[in-house]
Amino acid sequence: MSFPKTPGTGTPPMPSRRLFVQGVAAGGVVAGLAATGLSPRAFAAAGPGLAGAPQVLSSHDVQLSIGESLANFTGRTRPAITVNGSLPAPILRWREGQTVNIRVANTLQGHPTSIHWHGLLLPANMDGVPGLSFNGIAPGEAYQYRFTLKQSGTYWYHSHSLFQEQAGLYGALIIDPLEPAPYHADREHVILLSDWTDLDPGALFRRMKKLAEHDNYYKRTLPDFLRDVRKDGWAAATADRGMWGRMRMTPTDISDINAHTYTYLLNGTAPAGNWTGLFRSGEKVLLRFVNGGSMTYFDVRIPGLKMTVVAADGQYIHPVSIDEFRIAPAETFDVIVEPSGQDAYTIFCQDMGRTGYAAGTLAVRHGLQAPIPARDPRPLLTMSDMGHDMGHATNGMAGHDMKGMEGGCGASMGHGAHGADPKAPRHPASEQGNPLVDMQSMATEPKLEDPGIGLRDNGRNVLTYGAMRSLFDDPDGRDPGREVELHLTGHMEKFSWSFDGIPFASAEPLRLNYGERMRIVLVNDTMMQHPIHLHGVWSDLENADGEFHLRKHTIDMPPGTRRTYRVRADALGRWAYHCHLLYHMEAGMMREVRIEE
Amino acid sequence: MSRSPLTVLSALSAGLLLALSAPAWAQSHAGHSTMPTTTTTDAPPADDGSVDHSRMDHSTMDHGSTDHSQMDHSTMDHGSADHSQMDHSTMDHGSTDHSQMDHSTMGHSTMDHAAMGHTPPKPPAPIEPLEPIPAVTAADRLAAFPPIDHGAMEHAPEIHSLLLVNRLEHWDGQHGTGQAWEASGWVGGNIHRLWVRSEGERSDGRTGSADLEVMYGRSVSPWWDVLVGVKQDFRPADSRTWAAFGIQGLAPYKFETSATAYLGEGGQLAATVEVEYELLLTNRLILQPLLEATFSANDEPSYRNGAGLNKVEAGLRLRYEFSRRFAPYIGISHERLFGDTADYHEAAGERARDTRWVAGVRVWF
Repeated sequence: MSFPKTPGTGTPPMPSRRLFVQGVAAGGVVAGLAATGLSPRAFAAAGPGLAGAPQVLSSHDVQLSIGESLANFTGRTRPAITVNGSLPAPILRWREGQTVNIRVANTLQGHPTSIHWHGLLLPANMDGVPGLSFNGIAPGEAYQYRFTLKQSGTYWYHSHSLFQEQAGLYGALIIDPLEPAPYHADREHVILLSDWTDLDPGALFRRMKKLAEHDNYYKRTLPDFLRDVRKDGWAAATADRGMWGRMRMTPTDISDINAHTYTYLLNGTAPAGNWTGLFRSGEKVLLRFVNGGSMTYFDVRIPGLKMTVVAADGQYIHPVSIDEFRIAPAETFDVIVEPSGQDAYTIFCQDMGRTGYAAGTLAVRHGLQAPIPARDPRPLLTMSDMGHDMGHATNGMAGHDMKGMEGGCGASMGHGAHGADPKAPRHPASEQGNPLVDMQSMATEPKLEDPGIGLRDNGRNVLTYGAMRSLFDDPDGRDPGREVELHLTGHMEKFSWSFDGIPFASAEPLRLNYGERMRIVLVNDTMMQHPIHLHGVWSDLENADGEFHLRKHTIDMPPGTRRTYRVRADALGRWAYHCHLLYHMEAGMMREVRIEE
Repeated sequence: MSRSPLTVLSALSAGLLLALSAPAWAQSHAGHSTMPTTTTTDAPPADDGSVDHSRMDHSTMDHGSTDHSQMDHSTMDHGSADHSQMDHSTMDHGSTDHSQMDHSTMGHSTMDHAAMGHTPPKPPAPIEPLEPIPAVTAADRLAAFPPIDHGAMEHAPEIHSLLLVNRLEHWDGQHGTGQAWEASGWVGGNIHRLWVRSEGERSDGRTGSADLEVMYGRSVSPWWDVLVGVKQDFRPADSRTWAAFGIQGLAPYKFETSATAYLGEGGQLAATVEVEYELLLTNRLILQPLLEATFSANDEPSYRNGAGLNKVEAGLRLRYEFSRRFAPYIGISHERLFGDTADYHEAAGERARDTRWVAGVRVWF
């Protein structure tokens, strides 16, 4: 997926996709795609695939055809949902100010479909959410999207129908700016990360409802306990186990679904496929990272290279030089690297739970590969991570006063006693006594300077929300006229997710008045991390002082955080507002936001 | 609010000073919706243009119970006040009565607010957006709220199910061999579920005991379900139907627990309590201790049940999860009858105690 900045200089076509995605109509078979090394599956790769240039569609008049194709990422041929027979979907490349016409045809058998243009400002009926923006696209029918591009940057598009995004319906979307970018790059590559499962995504959802802990093969064992007793002493080890035991939780629950189910892809290529992007030594290379994963946070680094982040979610930021960043599902980061001195560099993207990785190579020619680093040690959640340190945690949770934890952290706990703590959130009444709320945080903070679970003190300079600052001042300028607080809630074992303990099916829309500037306060009452995406309008993240800080379309919410952002309600209509972990959204962590006059 | 009157008073006077000394235009009254404005309008304009209080947040100030009607500030000297450590975050001015205050002789001319930590000074936020809100056209309205068919949004199914065959085993005891099973399953949503549970055993080719429970369960807390339904006993000669009332869930420290009371057709009362735990030797090799006790309130010689504690079963099973769904196990189980129950069984030629080796499989669907 490389294309020269100047037409004609010509990087050669490259085997960008080692996977073999074949249209059923072609009648081809995928025999000959010998699987290699299927254990563990994360490293499995399809054998030699077809070399093919990435499909880049740059006309303002685009035809997209959604259909089912066969894909092989693991040695097994499985059905996938593709756009124009491609997984990922073709790169769309437009220019700011253009009015684009996209005809999306549905050739799926018996399933409606949709395409949502993630992060784009457009009329509500072009937003592509069935049931809110339109009726979806019935099988055999087409929908004509038409909108004017009011912004520039790196974005992406994906299905908003059930689990189709998981099955492959996602692609990058780039809008070139009218004004020159505030940085220089000689060349660029799109790096689209995603997660693939051989399972039918609907069956995977049903599996999560039966046994949500299915993929957590990292729970602490009896030998772990004995080791902790030797290391920390009996009292500390039992206090720690007691704490988690009373909560009925486990500190190794980093992600719901991991490499026991997923194969991680970089530009639609499993690690063994070695996707390669070319560079000439000394060039400035712009890498447009997009996380199109359904359930996966990636921690990305390129050993040997500093990365300069110049844009987040498509919007310019003050350049920040880092070694590593964590990218939540649906986020995009534009990063500039200047490779020189080495012929090949590994783009290493381990999942947050350290169970697998996606990887590719930046190289001066094809066929090169740099060493792939070992995955980092698996992190353990601490009580402090989960907003349970109540302001007196010093070293993990050993030796805590556990009285407050009696009865676990369930909704039935009386948290009123913590009211004196300024960090203590006030929980909505709908969480109290709610069987779908298995935990509440007791001390939350924005944690904007925190690199996050598993990235602290790792010897590398890790990107944080605090380090990113929009290159421009608050375009609206007004102070928020009112504030709406929502809590992210869930029940791990039931795999039920919600805002304020109320799943989407029984939730009222959140109503905004057209033109108002308001503030959304999010508090994470779960032990999971949630990327929260509001359609239609920007989410302007505030710093700890409540000032405009970073314009985004997806706000990541680690456990134990309280983050605030400003919303300018300048887009009339019904908009989806949800966790971008696909299975959390489908399990209820979603609201309708209705902007009305 | 347990704050000393002294603290309230000093915080209050500091807050008033701020209000008085700042130009009215620089103050954000966003959080003062119920605060009387007389304090600022009555005051002489202070010459302190460099201070910007626009970012002060007094939203939670509580002056509710203060009465200032008798205050006399005429001799106050604030010339050397240092406000750098002020924290107004929890003040509430909601119902303060300032109507009788006389500030006319206060001298603020030498106040130094430079150290108050309000830097960097910023102009007040505009009332109108810098980027104007576009006027809405008829076309915008049409595009914003197109007609949507009911059911256009597909939803993931809300009804799910699980069938867990926790024990399906062959046993080899001191006094014979046989098979046993224990399974439970549910179908339903997050809160309301239909539960099915079954347990039984065969020895030497015939079914010794078997039961099936069908119950409605409702989550009453994150970890506990309340169940009500029926239990059917199937035994060779005497099948009985019971009304069943129970709770089940995950007790603190992750003990799988269930307790059920049974009411028979003839008014008999019985109960079963079961506790299970999972001890991880590795993430696939799992030791599962289990304790089950049954009680009866009635003496029923014909069923060989005495009143009181009837039976305790303690088991220890070691399983290996080849996959989450399929785990064979081996284990040992000890069963003991108590009291009259033991006597009735012994009288019938059965033993009151048995220790068995078991081998079986745990699967779920």
